[in-house]
Amino acid sequence: MEWEPKLIAFLCNWCSYAGADLAGVGRIQYPPNIRVIRIPCSGRINPLFIMSAIKNGADGVLTSG
Amino acid sequence: MTNKPDKVGAVLVLGSGIAGIQASLDLAESGYYVYLVEKNPAIGGTMPMLDKTFPTNDCSMCILSPKLVECGRHLNIETLTCSELTDLRGEPGNFKATILKKARFVDPDKCTGCGSCVEDCPVKVDDAFNQGLGKRKAIYKLYAQAYPNAYAIDKAKCLKIKKPKACGKCLEACQAGAIDHLMQDETIEVNVGSVILAPGFDAFQPEQLFYYGYGKFPNVLTSLEFERILSASGPFGGHLIRPSDHKEPKKIAWIQCVGSRNCKLDHGYCSSVCCMYAIKEAVIAKEHTPYELDTSIFFMDMRTYGKEFEKYYDRARNDHGVRFVRSRIYEVTEATDGSGNLKIRYANEDGTITNEEFDMVVLSIGLEPSEEVVELAGKLGVEVNKFKFAEPPSLTGVGTTRPGIYVAGAFSGPRDIPETVMQASAAAGDSSVILSEARGTMVKKKEYPPENEVAGDIVRTGVFVCHCGINIGGVVKVPDVVAYARTLPGVVFADEKIYACSQDSSGQIKEAIEKYGLNRIVVASCSPRTHEPMFQETLKEAGLNANLFEMANIRDQCSWVHQSEPEKATEKSKDLIKMAVNKAALLEPVKGISLGMNHDALVIGGGVSGMNAALNMAAQGYKVSLVEKAASLGGIAASIRYGMKGEDVQSYLSELISRVNSNQLIKVYTGVEITEVHGFVGNFVTKLSSGDEIQHGVAIIATGGKEYKPTEYLYGQNQKVKTLLELESELADGKLNTAKNVVFIQCVGSREPERPYCSRICCTKSVKQALKIKETNPDANVFILYRDIRTYGFYEDLYTEARRKGVIFVRYATEEKPVVEAAGDKVKVTVTEHVLGVPMVIDADMVGLAAAVLPAENNKLSQLFKVPLNQEGFYLEAHLKLRPVDFGTDGVFMCGLAHGPKNLEENISQAKAAVARACTVLAKETIDVEGKCAVVNKKKCAGCGVCESVCPAKAVSVDAAEKVAVVNEALCKGCGACSSSCRCGALNVKGCTNEQIMAMINAL
Repeated sequence: MEWEPKLIAFLCNWCSYAGADLAGVGRIQYPPNIRVIRIPCSGRINPLFIMSAIKNGADGVLTSG
Repeated sequence: MTNKPDKVGAVLVLGSGIAGIQASLDLAESGYYVYLVEKNPAIGGTMPMLDKTFPTNDCSMCILSPKLVECGRHLNIETLTCSELTDLRGEPGNFKATILKKARFVDPDKCTGCGSCVEDCPVKVDDAFNQGLGKRKAIYKLYAQAYPNAYAIDKAKCLKIKKPKACGKCLEACQAGAIDHLMQDETIEVNVGSVILAPGFDAFQPEQLFYYGYGKFPNVLTSLEFERILSASGPFGGHLIRPSDHKEPKKIAWIQCVGSRNCKLDHGYCSSVCCMYAIKEAVIAKEHTPYELDTSIFFMDMRTYGKEFEKYYDRARNDHGVRFVRSRIYEVTEATDGSGNLKIRYANEDGTITNEEFDMVVLSIGLEPSEEVVELAGKLGVEVNKFKFAEPPSLTGVGTTRPGIYVAGAFSGPRDIPETVMQASAAAGDSSVILSEARGTMVKKKEYPPENEVAGDIVRTGVFVCHCGINIGGVVKVPDVVAYARTLPGVVFADEKIYACSQDSSGQIKEAIEKYGLNRIVVASCSPRTHEPMFQETLKEAGLNANLFEMANIRDQCSWVHQSEPEKATEKSKDLIKMAVNKAALLEPVKGISLGMNHDALVIGGGVSGMNAALNMAAQGYKVSLVEKAASLGGIAASIRYGMKGEDVQSYLSELISRVNSNQLIKVYTGVEITEVHGFVGNFVTKLSSGDEIQHGVAIIATGGKEYKPTEYLYGQNQKVKTLLELESELADGKLNTAKNVVFIQCVGSREPERPYCSRICCTKSVKQALKIKETNPDANVFILYRDIRTYGFYEDLYTEARRKGVIFVRYATEEKPVVEAAGDKVKVTVTEHVLGVPMVIDADMVGLAAAVLPAENNKLSQLFKVPLNQEGFYLEAHLKLRPVDFGTDGVFMCGLAHGPKNLEENISQAKAAVARACTVLAKETIDVEGKCAVVNKKKCAGCGVCESVCPAKAVSVDAAEKVAVVNEALCKGCGACSSSCRCGALNVKGCTNEQIMAMINAL
């Protein structure tokens, strides 16, 4: 089986998370290898979160806000 | 003798665009019950159709949707969609309104918004929301993020409504049983104390101007169609292509003033918003294309007169390379080569004629009132002006000709979003004034059982996985997911639901909480953005703290976006639930915080804005301290003689001052300044230079502005050169009665590198004064030397009148400014005439300089209240579009020239708006916050102060004595910026702790 990266995304509730919802409403298809963590604001993202995501085996981290 | 009927503490708001939403929210938050009446099946108005908004380029939907949700969920706002106001009887304070609720054919309480019906509906209809550029079905939701999140059936198009035995496919698809083709219209009557008209506008139909070729040539579009093309949720998914052949355009033209400034069509007004939106569209279009897009805007005068607009225009021209062509358009024709391109034939300013080819032409269509609304206004006894807008009577900002009915938004005259929002708040404020005695009498309050203590209890998590009909269940193997959930640590119960959000599911969740002693709930279904509050209600009703809840979004972000990969979608659902369960185990109850508050107000600045704010506030029953730096009240209005509609400003002002002075609730302090400000919303203590100390709950900053004292054009050296304010006194005193030649020079000190903003009021003021001169002395020659004439809105009519009466308008270029020289008892003004390009010399008896509007000295006050100023020294609001009178700091508001240049009418409206916003705070007994705020671990805190510097809400500060950070829970918004920046790990956020986020990460 082809290797697929595992991605973790930290999305701001007010914009990017809403955007991800909208992709759903629009039935825009994308690969299922992303796991989203909703946060109250992109300011909430502690650099430690990114590091521990990678430590936990994430191949990429997306932060958006 | 008749008894005066009691006042009703409810308001009817007609129209649910941003004006209706804002007015409803302000009223509901101030203790009134609101009936929000909307003719469409969803609230939102025009804003959801727009792609981005100027001048911030914010996504329109993104900034609107929190307000949609707040409005839709508000306990004291009853949204009546598909509804019309048909009759209104009674008097101010006590009206009976008749509302026709048209059949929606879908029960919004049962509809889950899943959309299964749409897939099966066979009828395709032009989508009006997408301006007809795309198709929708006969059963439809107005737009993706619509509230209510429910479908409706287009009666005219549905097969089954036409023939009861036909079709009915949607009935089979709908597992929620929400559809009823037999639903009937119904008429209801409600009691309200006042009415706010916020019905918005219609876009001008450009077919009537045949020379633009709209309707004939597919690549000639309206600006609204172009917005939909740019929008990611539009007909082309945000891909910039032209309709005829779906080719990417390389060269686009915008044509301004289509249906505006057109006397032939009885549209002799300026639509006020088109210049800015055209620039925005050009800039955003350029961002959309990976190639260099050629954009040209064909205009008469560029009217970028609002706050931060001129800089936007400068950037578009200088940085983005948008081309601006001052011109008159003759016609648009289609190229004969079959390319679908368009040819514009236009006259340049010097009279030469150019033919130019474009791939696409966008018509900047104007705003007009809708015919139905004008008809309704007639029925309600609300008079409209000659352009059929409900223009408010002089100096009321929001009034109409019928007492008890107020107007907000574009129906009162063309205006942009911030002005609409301001006016909506102001209309809410004026409604509160007449209804203050009935405040709080109609509002609903929900009672909950006492909360179970869960601290120290073993975690017992319940997981509910939703099928959402077939929306989730059709892709994700829900039974597998439920079985998996049962294996997760802490989970003692897991179940599946067809619709987790239905009434009976809510009952079942409550039962399960009781039966299994659940103390953490996870729902795996749709988006927490739409449904979390609803499930949290269920928890509260079951005696659990709302924060013991977590959602896994397995629909919007899983089954819907991985439709062809059911295995992987199931795996992803499991992961998302595991993350949620892990987080849930660490959830703790978050208690709301309640703080005492002072219900008095402080108004700073005793000009027209400040005095109106104080009076409006007092009329709502609040005590006000009004502080003025000068020895007497009045502000800059003391030197204004005439209003923009010819009002006698001095008599208005003296009446205002006497009303302020005689008001028992207003305490006036003159000749004093503010020296210290302590505290926060609800608990401010302000010290004055007189030694007085004022305790107050809110503050309104209305420090006004001043007229620039020019250094150019011989001002201050020659008696014949005056500023407009000085000239106005001379004019009123009859000193200009014999003048033969009077020259006005515009933009003196404005739109210059050191002051890159438009002072907004000077064009209209100059035109007004020119007309006054012509009135007393028709033989006088009056010249107005200008860069762009910015007589926005109905002031355009004055410009037309001035030209008709012979006022001579000469445009000058910035690189060739007029020259003013002393010449005996006259002054010689030389200007290069813009059409012929030759110098023109005027022997002027008087020169009026349209000097810039400057802010007051605001630095000190801005520091005391910790509120920001913009580059030019005016106060900077919390959000340029949707929070035009608020500051990021809670409890502090602003109005008048302190915010930016504006005329008297606009300042009054803004003052009322600031009061309405302040009253949403004062109407509460206590300051209640959710409690999801930052907490400091004092043992870890080093007192470095980084948190204080990053906090956007100014909620964190370092205690000087203890040397540790202290969070003001009343101000904290829970964004967590402090926590992320804390190098000691001393800061955490309640309701979203570091440990909880880590638990989610560790679940993977």
